Amino acid sequence: MTFPTPPDQSGAALPAPGKRIPPSAFLAKPSRRYRGLWALLGVIAFLAVWEAVPRLGLVRPVLLPPPSAIPQAFVAEVRSGAWTAAILQSLGHYLWGLVIGSVGGIAAGVLTGMSRRLEDFTSWVVRLLRPIPGLAWVPFAIIWFGVTPTAAIFIIVLGVFWINYFAALGAVQAVDRDLLELADAFGHRSTPAKLVKIVLPAASGAILAGLRTGLGQAWMSVVAAELFGVPGLGQRMMQASSLLATDIVIVYMATMALFYGLVDMGFVAVRDRMMRWKV
Amino acid sequence: MTQTAPMIEIRDLSLAFPNPASSDGRTVVLRDFNLSVAPGEFIAIVGASGVGKSTLLRVVAGLVPPNSGTVIHARNGASNGRRPYGLVFQDARLLPWRSVRANVAFGLEGLGLPRAERRRRAEEALALVGLADKAGRWPHQLSGGQRQRVAIARALAVDPDLLMMDEPFGALDAITRQSLQDELLDLWRRTSKTILFVTHDIDEAVYLADRVILLAGSPATVRSEDRIVTARPRARDDNAARALATRIRDRLSDLMDGGGI
Repeated sequence: MTFPTPPDQSGAALPAPGKRIPPSAFLAKPSRRYRGLWALLGVIAFLAVWEAVPRLGLVRPVLLPPPSAIPQAFVAEVRSGAWTAAILQSLGHYLWGLVIGSVGGIAAGVLTGMSRRLEDFTSWVVRLLRPIPGLAWVPFAIIWFGVTPTAAIFIIVLGVFWINYFAALGAVQAVDRDLLELADAFGHRSTPAKLVKIVLPAASGAILAGLRTGLGQAWMSVVAAELFGVPGLGQRMMQASSLLATDIVIVYMATMALFYGLVDMGFVAVRDRMMRWKV
Repeated sequence: MTQTAPMIEIRDLSLAFPNPASSDGRTVVLRDFNLSVAPGEFIAIVGASGVGKSTLLRVVAGLVPPNSGTVIHARNGASNGRRPYGLVFQDARLLPWRSVRANVAFGLEGLGLPRAERRRRAEEALALVGLADKAGRWPHQLSGGQRQRVAIARALAVDPDLLMMDEPFGALDAITRQSLQDELLDLWRRTSKTILFVTHDIDEAVYLADRVILLAGSPATVRSEDRIVTARPRARDDNAARALATRIRDRLSDLMDGGGI
């Protein structure tokens, strides 16, 4: 990588008054529109390469269907009713898992963050349970709940819980002690008062960041949780791949990407409204 | 001085911090501190950093328990929508997620006041510091001096008898500091609060206060107490005040030379 060298100024006099020093190309900031254009070009290039690979016979189309084949597969999948059914089932798992996991994780993280004793009490248990991936719980999920939506929700909850737990714990422990002293000085000395007036608002930024990570993590868990047979998008993908209907697999991959994008955009809009006091 | 009961009475106060390196496990920072403050009096406590001035305010505020001694407030606890004291820190310490108005109302919450009344009192306090038009702003939209005025409004909003200030202008530039000093004197005149003002700026103490108390040594004790009778408004270059400031500075440097610190 080469960096543009600044104009040689050794021994040179200062530029004449009124003449601006040319900015280095490295520091120059492209305009917003220009950057959007590059992003769009990137997408087009990506699709073009993808289209070319199966068409030029580099890969058999059944192993990698070209993007131009996807809309047709999508329409067929929607017409059959399979798409709508799978999406509704998966959204149900997603929302329940997300709500239970997030609320539980945030509540547990905030409580643990506020009590040294509780943190010590749970520290080793947390250390033991945390590294176990959600998928490792599948056998127990099936034994406890059978191949049911509850089992899928359970797997999703586990993934979302830890993300929110650690985000909330860290955020609460990072609350500025000076603000707690301020609460004491102005008569808000009880723990609930401090929680509502100082701790939760001060921790809200990091808690929301954890929540957002959880939104993405939950989609990954949805697919994983449904691969073992709970009806939904993941199960449908498994069925399609066993029939080598790779275009259908891509339809669902694109569906997930789209839903994740929508949820994330909605979340960012709500978050920005909540955090409008930030600089 | 009339024979009114003191607003605040501090008797034989001693303060220590835990210090594992010391033989008795603690370091005494302040010893045998006595102070009686009359209602409406403006007291300045000066001393080098780390001498325990800030901790002293926190003990009076009940934020830190003393190791021994007592602090008696003329009025105890919150009542009738008022709190016994208001505290101003060196940093404005505003809550960034609250509007300026809601920051000022912070101490009014939990006093059983209706929402409209809290709002009215917050705006009244903001008007006192000349920031009525900034009520709807976020703290990050204000300058350093404005933020500190909001902090003063927050302390005044709870209508305290005692206003305690911990180096409140220490972090401001010289020009802002001077104008806030004058504003504070004006506020003091209009509200007749009792003020306990901690600073390391001797000129500031001499300019503002009725009495200047010098804390020095380790553990710190009261080394001098000067009453300033010059009528207000005072001139910043008043000869008597400058002479006093010089005397206090000399005492402080004598103590330092003599190993007293």
